[in-house]
Amino acid sequence: MDRSISGTGDGRGARPTAHELARYEALFAARTRSMKSSAMREMMALTERPDVISLAGGLPDTSTFAPELYAKLMSQVAAESTARALQYGPTEGMASAVDCIVEVMAAEGTTVDPDEVIVTTGGQQVIDLVCKALIDPGDVIVAEAPTYPGAVPTFGAYQAEVAQIEMDGDGMPIDELESTLDRLQAEGRRPKFIYTIPNFQNPGGVTMSLARRRRLVEVARERELLVLEDNPYGLLRYEGEPLPTLYSLDAEAVGRGPAADLVIYLGTFSKILSPGLRLGWAVAPRPVLEKLNLGKQGADLCSSPVTQLFVAAYFQEHDAHGDAAWREYVERLKDLYRRRRDVMLEALEEHFGEDARWTRPQGGLFIWATLDERIDTTDLLALARKSQGVAFVPGRAAYMDGRSGSSSMRLNFAGVPDQDIREGIRRIGKVVREQVGLFGTLTGAPPAQAEGEAKRADGPGTDASIGLADVVALPRRDRERSARRRQDR
Amino acid sequence: MSAAKKVAVLKGGRSLERQVSLRSGAHAQEALARLGHDLVALDVGPELVAQLHAAEPDAAFIALHGPDGEDGTVQALLEAIGVPYTGSGPAACMCCTDKVLAKHLMRGAGIPTPEFHSFREAAIKELGAAAAVADVEAKIGFPLVVKPASQGSALGVKFARTSEQLPGAMVGAFSYDEMILIERYVKGRDLAVSVLDGDASSSRARQRGASEKPDRANAVALPVVEAVPREEDFYDYESRYQIGMTTFVCPADLGAETTARAQELALEVYELLGCHGVARVDLMLDGDSGELWVLETNVVPGMTETSLLPQAADAAGIGFDELVARVLASAWTR
Repeated sequence: MDRSISGTGDGRGARPTAHELARYEALFAARTRSMKSSAMREMMALTERPDVISLAGGLPDTSTFAPELYAKLMSQVAAESTARALQYGPTEGMASAVDCIVEVMAAEGTTVDPDEVIVTTGGQQVIDLVCKALIDPGDVIVAEAPTYPGAVPTFGAYQAEVAQIEMDGDGMPIDELESTLDRLQAEGRRPKFIYTIPNFQNPGGVTMSLARRRRLVEVARERELLVLEDNPYGLLRYEGEPLPTLYSLDAEAVGRGPAADLVIYLGTFSKILSPGLRLGWAVAPRPVLEKLNLGKQGADLCSSPVTQLFVAAYFQEHDAHGDAAWREYVERLKDLYRRRRDVMLEALEEHFGEDARWTRPQGGLFIWATLDERIDTTDLLALARKSQGVAFVPGRAAYMDGRSGSSSMRLNFAGVPDQDIREGIRRIGKVVREQVGLFGTLTGAPPAQAEGEAKRADGPGTDASIGLADVVALPRRDRERSARRRQDR
Repeated sequence: MSAAKKVAVLKGGRSLERQVSLRSGAHAQEALARLGHDLVALDVGPELVAQLHAAEPDAAFIALHGPDGEDGTVQALLEAIGVPYTGSGPAACMCCTDKVLAKHLMRGAGIPTPEFHSFREAAIKELGAAAAVADVEAKIGFPLVVKPASQGSALGVKFARTSEQLPGAMVGAFSYDEMILIERYVKGRDLAVSVLDGDASSSRARQRGASEKPDRANAVALPVVEAVPREEDFYDYESRYQIGMTTFVCPADLGAETTARAQELALEVYELLGCHGVARVDLMLDGDSGELWVLETNVVPGMTETSLLPQAADAAGIGFDELVARVLASAWTR
């Protein structure tokens, strides 16, 4: 090759050399070291393909929104608010959008002062802004185990240390929380806030009991700790009575009107309307709100006025009976997701083996399933993707150490059609049986069950939960109930 | 050779190393553009052959990692449609991708490679091979490493410190490949030696018949790169190879004798496995005995900003554009 060619640059600058890379390395902030890409995350990127049934997403089903209504609202915004839609907006959000947020909060049973609301670019921005405002490197965040996989890289980017507290069927056990806080205090470490998703937790699928909610607020007050209450799915409850938000319990304890003292509330339009709008919000005590506002100025100045005006227009829509269109839509989503949840629960009973357990969420988008402890779901995903064309989120993604939760998986039922749920679960069950069978052969244990045998769930020896990962118990009565249902047919 | 060529850059694909491949491809494309070539970037999929037929490139620059791109599949396809391509031919690709085969060949040729045994999943299921695992344990001893025979990334590579951990490690590795390798764990320093065919402009290879083997004397071993994990966790391959978790030192601080021996081994392996154009040979330097052990050979080394081959080339005074030019030239010197 003619050496002179390498000298003929095209104006895009000199070639990067290893020396230059070393220079960049010296310029990168220390925190970028904890902003790592992992082999697991790269593998998950591969699941976003049309030929793969993906139960991995965190998606609502946006195909259910009426196209005519979307078109009408967008033209309305375009025609009636051209200049405002195309202009910057206030950092704290447009008043008309804040009114909608107050309305959603009221539907959650929580009164809020509009002056304590900040509109954000999705709920995710709240997590980022709260960390930005509160976390110095090495500070501690207390979170549930498992926790929201999308919060894991954010916590890492701010160099937080995260103490995760294993949940049971009623969410985070508060006595465990207290002993963790005691231990941290004894070690001289500084917990800054407690991160919790009390309703239909992502990914755990469990809901924090009322008693624990009250106790959590008490503990926060006793120790002067902030709580970040992440509540994206509160309105997507398919059964049971709604429980009060931590925010409202805190406000009640303060007794000075609607304002809470130590709870930062995170809400979003993503699951009740659309994640594409990128609109969420925080409700926070004033001093915290000010810091969030400053942080947001640095991040993006303001959230999109186009989508804020869209939401404001949408919340003005009413049907012939005078009912709010947004509430009707949430009702329709609830019916759809409830059915899909039930389809997935049935499929799990049919196709997951005896050693598997899973949560039975009363709402939200996710089921958390825990398999035979010997199975590593990251490896299982590689096999399931390749041999069966099906994907899920491996449990490790929900743990800061990237190692715990290795035999669990998060399954999304909300954004997937019924037949794909059934087929997806069947395929995962098949791969699981193959792996368990291989274990059996390698360890000399009895051969694995054939497909369908898992139905005979309640025979002797089925209580094999000893030694399994201790996340949340499979409600066995549901298994019995549907086993009966099957017999009735 | 100095004339502009039409080069198809093959990248992406469906392997678990898709993301790295996209970055390698993009980085190589920038250099190829600076070198004045016409580019067609192809994210490899079902349309590949149709796209190549339509583009009629002078050569294909292979920036694919993992199955298809590194195991000879794409190389055989390119030969079928008569498109010259960079790097090793199908046979070398197959040998290097199959770690078990490569290790058998190395052992046969007297090249030091850690003791190993392989298992097929079918043999476990149908030939009672599970009963042989204990024999292998006894021979190799703990700790040991279990690897899928053909997986290029860190996924599926497992440590087992005890007998109890071995079945889990094996089932994990079988998730990625029907054949796995159980290998003695060499504790020590992690080295990589890239080998590059000589400066094409001075090569006589092109004048010789295409069927002839490239002149080995023409291949050069680049300076040794050492991967130093930031965290002293020798039992976690995944974090070890994550960006930011490992620091790379080049040239590695080894002393002249060890450096020369590592480079000599890399050249021997390169020739033994029939590599062409470029390859990266991974070795371990035993921390106790000072012995060098060859682990495996990669026929399509990473070309990203932080990959080992560009760093090694740079240390040898070969800039990235020149490196890409030389790899490209290998398409016509087979």
